[in-house]
Amino acid sequence: MAGPVSFFFEVLFSGLLAGVMYSLVALGFVLIYKASGVFNFAQGAMVFFAALTFVSLVERGVNFWLAMAITLAVMILLGILTERVVLRPLINQPPITLFMATIGLTFFLEGLSQGIWGAQPHGLDIGIRDEPMEWLADRTGMFLSQFDLFASGIAAVLVTVLALFFQRTRIGRALRAVADDHQAALAVGIPLKHIWAIVWAVAGFVALVAGLLWGARTGVQYALTFVALKALPVLILGGFESIAGAIVGGLIIGASEKLAEVYLGPYVGGGIESWFPYVLALAFLLFRPEGLFGEKHIDRV
Amino acid sequence: MSAVITPQPAVQAYLTVNNVEVIYDHVILVLKGVSLQVQKGQIVALLGANGAGKTTTLKAISNLLRAERGEVTKGSIEFDGRRVDQLTPNELVRLGVCQVMEGRHCFQHLTVEENLLTGAFTRSVGRAELRRDLELVYEYFPRLKERRGSLAGYTSGGEQQMTAIGRALMAHPKMILLDEPSMGLAPQLVEEIFGIVKSLNEKEGVSILLAEQNTNIALRFADYGYILENGRVVMDGAAASLAQNEDVKEFYLGLSAGGRKSFRDTKFYRRRKRWLS
Ligand SMILES: Nc1ncnc2c1ncn2[C@@H]1O[C@H](COP(=O)(O)OP(=O)(O)O)[C@@H](O)[C@H]1O
Ligand SMILES: [Mg+2]
Repeated sequence: MAGPVSFFFEVLFSGLLAGVMYSLVALGFVLIYKASGVFNFAQGAMVFFAALTFVSLVERGVNFWLAMAITLAVMILLGILTERVVLRPLINQPPITLFMATIGLTFFLEGLSQGIWGAQPHGLDIGIRDEPMEWLADRTGMFLSQFDLFASGIAAVLVTVLALFFQRTRIGRALRAVADDHQAALAVGIPLKHIWAIVWAVAGFVALVAGLLWGARTGVQYALTFVALKALPVLILGGFESIAGAIVGGLIIGASEKLAEVYLGPYVGGGIESWFPYVLALAFLLFRPEGLFGEKHIDRV
Repeated sequence: MSAVITPQPAVQAYLTVNNVEVIYDHVILVLKGVSLQVQKGQIVALLGANGAGKTTTLKAISNLLRAERGEVTKGSIEFDGRRVDQLTPNELVRLGVCQVMEGRHCFQHLTVEENLLTGAFTRSVGRAELRRDLELVYEYFPRLKERRGSLAGYTSGGEQQMTAIGRALMAHPKMILLDEPSMGLAPQLVEEIFGIVKSLNEKEGVSILLAEQNTNIALRFADYGYILENGRVVMDGAAASLAQNEDVKEFYLGLSAGGRKSFRDTKFYRRRKRWLS
């Protein structure tokens, strides 16, 4: 039943699945922005750092799961250190200062990871092939990558876990409280410093998951830091403060960029994929600057 | 103003603020040596016009000044027999000193019940006990029970004020620093809230330091009062005697021998008086 319709759906679905990968990166930004109002420029570097650490450990013969645990521990430590060394001294400074600090952190992380593990690119095999699923192709005529489906499954699990953490736990509630009102959070005795360290650690964990999936797809190399740029239109679309926005934004960007490539590409020339998301995001910015899911500011006195 | 009485610390008070000076942004001197005391079980009112330094005094006690680039540069603060000026807000809440901030500051995107639960953050207790504490709060504020599932941001000003007080209650406080609970609320609601605060004070044994511009109602519910002007305590005394004081009547209750004066007259008179003194 291969035809224009099933081809359309193939393009759409593969776009949606690719979009999940963007969502994963955007998620890390959202977490930190929500809790501390900092746009963490270093998120891409964190993804790279996590992936490189993991792959280097595996190449040195460390067991897959152990390497994962060690990398996770490193990312959590990194989160705590970032709070201590970078954020705490800058408390009460304007957001732009904190933003600059995360730029500094980016270069530090890039230097650190390459200093420790070397600059050569690595392949990363997590055991899932980036090949079309045969049974799906046989039944529907659509060629969808099983890797993409796997990545989406992982992302779904991750988002569910995060949502439960935020909604159901004492710390999760405190994180949302801090995101809402720093002053009031302090007044009820929530220690902002611990909360920020936790948020950075969670963002580190998300960076690790994103790093493994992106690393498995593109190889672990310096260019991985640029996946952060892919998250930017997602954030503009979805809003900087919304986890749901990061997911939906990623899906929209992923789908529209693939559809544009296939259906508009022939008319405007190649490479449309690389700029289309930004145009879409900018157009969107004109109509809904707070993003699709950006939190409405409740103004009521 | 005339009747300036400096209290002599005879017995150790529950809360003692001793000659505290506060500077914002390293240059703006706002509190110029404030001293006050709260005895255990008392409601003490901190009165004064807008900008007198009431909020700053409360924040100096709860140590929320640092987040606003303010700093206690002189003086000391003792609670329950120990120095607390260097403690973090978290440590103070654990000790039992909780601030209910001016303007309620509810967590807008959390439900009313979630707001209350955040108040128990410093206490690591199980679900059953949290449940019991919630029920206690709902007993004092039955309205909150009805609104428990609504986002705090969408509740009324009165409900937000109740949420903010209930949230402090969840910390099992020994002392609540209550900042302008009457602000922006209808008189009837203010009455209701003050009534509840009074019963919290009596039944739960919570001491209260209350900052208010609404001198009238504050003096009706308080045991003792301090009047703050320009960062200094200019008068203090038992609430009943302050309410009878001619100066207080004139400048803060809007009454005088010749009947009620207009705000404008009062203001002018006040300015002249300060100019002369
Ligand atoms: N964060 C701040 N930075 C600088 N000045 C401040 C700050 N907060 C308050 N002030 C000033 O301190 C004075 C006292 O303010 P405040 O304590 O809020 O008075 P009140 O609560 O009695 O209205 C005011 O003149 C106010 O402008
Ligand atoms: Mg005030």
